[in-house]
Amino acid sequence: MSASTPQTKRWPFIIPLLVIAALVGIFGKRLSDVSKGADPHLLPTALLNTPFPEFDLVALPGREPGFVTSELKGEVSLVNVWGSWCVACLAEHPFLMTLKRENTVAIHGIAWRDAPEASLQWLEKHGDPYTRIGQDPRSVAAISLGVTGAPETFVVDQAGIIRYKQVGPITPEVWQTTLAPLIAQLKK
Amino acid sequence: MIIELGHFALALALIVALVQSTMPLLGAARGNAAWMAMAEPAALTQFLLCALAFGALTHAYIVSDFSVIGVAENSHTVKPLLYKISGVWGNHEGSMVLWVLVLSLFGAAVAAFGNNLPPTLKARTLAIQAMIGVGFIAFVLFTSNPFTRLDPAPIEGNGLNPLLQDPGLAFHPPMLYLGYVGFSVAFSFAVAALLEGRVDSAWARWVRPWTLAAWTCLTLGIGLGSWWAYYELGWGGWWFWDPVENASFIPWLTGTALLHSAIVVERREALKSWTILLAIITFSLSLLGTFLVRSGILTSVHAFAADPERGVFVLILLSVAIGGSFTLYALRAPSMDGGGVFAPISREGGLLINNLLLTTAAATVLLGTLYPLIADALGLGKLSVGAPYFNAVFVPLMTPLIIVAGIGPLLAWKRADLSGALQRLKVAAGVSVIVLIATWVGNGGDLLSLAAGGGMALAAWLAALTISEWVLRVRGEYGLSWQRIINLPRSAYGMTFAHLGMAVLIVGVTGASAWKQERVESLRPGEHVDLMDYRFTFEGASQVQGPNYSAIEGRYSVTRDGQTIANLTPQKRNFSQPPQQTTEAAIHTTFVSDLYVVIGDADGTEGAFVTRIYYEPFVPFLWYGVLLMAFGGLVSLSDRRHRIGAARRAMATAPQAAE
Repeated sequence: MSASTPQTKRWPFIIPLLVIAALVGIFGKRLSDVSKGADPHLLPTALLNTPFPEFDLVALPGREPGFVTSELKGEVSLVNVWGSWCVACLAEHPFLMTLKRENTVAIHGIAWRDAPEASLQWLEKHGDPYTRIGQDPRSVAAISLGVTGAPETFVVDQAGIIRYKQVGPITPEVWQTTLAPLIAQLKK
Repeated sequence: MIIELGHFALALALIVALVQSTMPLLGAARGNAAWMAMAEPAALTQFLLCALAFGALTHAYIVSDFSVIGVAENSHTVKPLLYKISGVWGNHEGSMVLWVLVLSLFGAAVAAFGNNLPPTLKARTLAIQAMIGVGFIAFVLFTSNPFTRLDPAPIEGNGLNPLLQDPGLAFHPPMLYLGYVGFSVAFSFAVAALLEGRVDSAWARWVRPWTLAAWTCLTLGIGLGSWWAYYELGWGGWWFWDPVENASFIPWLTGTALLHSAIVVERREALKSWTILLAIITFSLSLLGTFLVRSGILTSVHAFAADPERGVFVLILLSVAIGGSFTLYALRAPSMDGGGVFAPISREGGLLINNLLLTTAAATVLLGTLYPLIADALGLGKLSVGAPYFNAVFVPLMTPLIIVAGIGPLLAWKRADLSGALQRLKVAAGVSVIVLIATWVGNGGDLLSLAAGGGMALAAWLAALTISEWVLRVRGEYGLSWQRIINLPRSAYGMTFAHLGMAVLIVGVTGASAWKQERVESLRPGEHVDLMDYRFTFEGASQVQGPNYSAIEGRYSVTRDGQTIANLTPQKRNFSQPPQQTTEAAIHTTFVSDLYVVIGDADGTEGAFVTRIYYEPFVPFLWYGVLLMAFGGLVSLSDRRHRIGAARRAMATAPQAAE
């Protein structure tokens, strides 16, 4: 570590400067994206326009069916990553129930990092808007989906391709301005 | 009027800081003593002006002057006094004023207590400190002015986020800032030393107390934050690897490395350029933390409102401060090193391993925190990096660190002989193996308890060797031994306490991670849940009224073998200003483990409530460990070596003093 020769090489001492220059560049780019109007909360998903990753997630005990990617095909659907521990999910939940009542689009759930009993209790208490629910206690699905936090919702088309990712709750505004037009278009 | 005075004082502080950052530097370059001497009064004045500004702002919060925008947005008349005051730093603008205040406080402290510093080093250090001051005061005045008025003034304010209305969080930011910003002194000393072109053991001795002070405060600050998250967020967790938590933890890791490498500079005049680099990096990481939190480029539960414009300002500050100092480093540091060759088995060898492991740990946490950004910028796609990553990389790095932390203090400087320490190492290894097996077998012999046994064995190893090192130093005949106990340098005691604190902390981390139990039940009045040996009976819930909230309060009795142990009353509070709910967990501690109850939402009509019950073993050990480490820092700080000028030769015959 310490120099034992009198002539110390100079170049290693420049490394910190190079590292910080690279970091500043990265931060600068990100900041300019943010100030150009990119939502800082929305890290674009690399999965956009790619098939929904293959999963076979176990159902909650006594609440079939579970979540199998191959069965997504054939209709436009929402895949909602949620957890009973998640306050924002509770905020979003009444709107999902509205969508379910109006039978607009199929909604599937991924119960992320949650105890099955807790998920079931939550659904029993607040209502169950989901068609299929798969458990993801160890973030296996969440990691491949690049989930940063709950709730996140993926819009999947008839061919099983991801068309959009909503980070954060689906509010009536988000629905009106973004999701409803997109879904209408996909259904054509 | 008062608020305008505060505003004016801060503007004056900027001018003073400008003078302080230029004249002494020029004076030091030209050998002009009068110019150099300007640094001290300037530093004291800058602090007084910042204190005035901060006082004016605090006054506005206390009297609820809603004609000030910040007060109207963040305060409320019915808020308790403590939270009116903590509201000052509960928002971006006010917290930056606190930041500047702490920065100038450290500058003033160097001016006041740095009597034994050579005049040029002192002048340069204060000038660098003032440069940081110029940057941040300008940041406050031009992008985040807390003194802006609001006309017409509203009758009532918006109130402070209820999550922040909490004693733990009232003191968390000031403590954290004392730590974060305290590393600015080490930074200034490092840059000044680069300007001087000289680093020696005297320099290391001057830097050490400031680093220790900052480290102690940061340790307490992180501990307070963790404690707050534990009892306030209601999940029974105490560390989430959240970006903002990481932002405070990374400088702690490098600061700890700095603390240890400065010892090598002091004793062996080696690792000089490395220590300078660590000093610069540690403060740079503090700045980076500030940047990440303020700019909104990473999202976190703790983040202040994001504002890209502020982000640009901080980014420019960051590149000037870090870029400038690294450029200086690249120019000056290569001529700096020297010092002896390292024997792998020696005190300095141990400290070197400590440094390598700590900085690697800091780098991995930094990488995990920034990965989403870096991947995004390079178009690599997105991968979420969560607790599993951090746990997976952190444990393998900490394990050897703890092993070395046990051995290092037993080794002599320069060339140690492992055989001298071998007997002790064998005993400690024996104790660790017994602990490992006892924990493993005693808890069912599965994989989880093997891992837990590993953690406990590490703690036992560190504790056993730390205590035996102390015994080695003080043992002797009765009278002699007593004298040694008294005469042992405080810095040696500091190390003993801090390392023991680490051992206690490991017990806490291991136990809390391995044996936490959790039940979630919907309980009607009279129903009960059994967890471990405890029976939790729900007695009922009622509405209670607080000063600025109303709450549902559940009553739970805890019994063990029919014996009542505690009555717990968790609350779910509804604040009206701003409208928000918070959970107040009820915690009964046995000082070894905690029983933790959270009342959730009403369930159905029969008076049932969703209740979450946690058994949290060894969580109190986390707090004991943190307190013990911080106490070690304070004890070491009180060592007279830091107060007197000349180096005191360690007694040649006695074992070397450890720090």
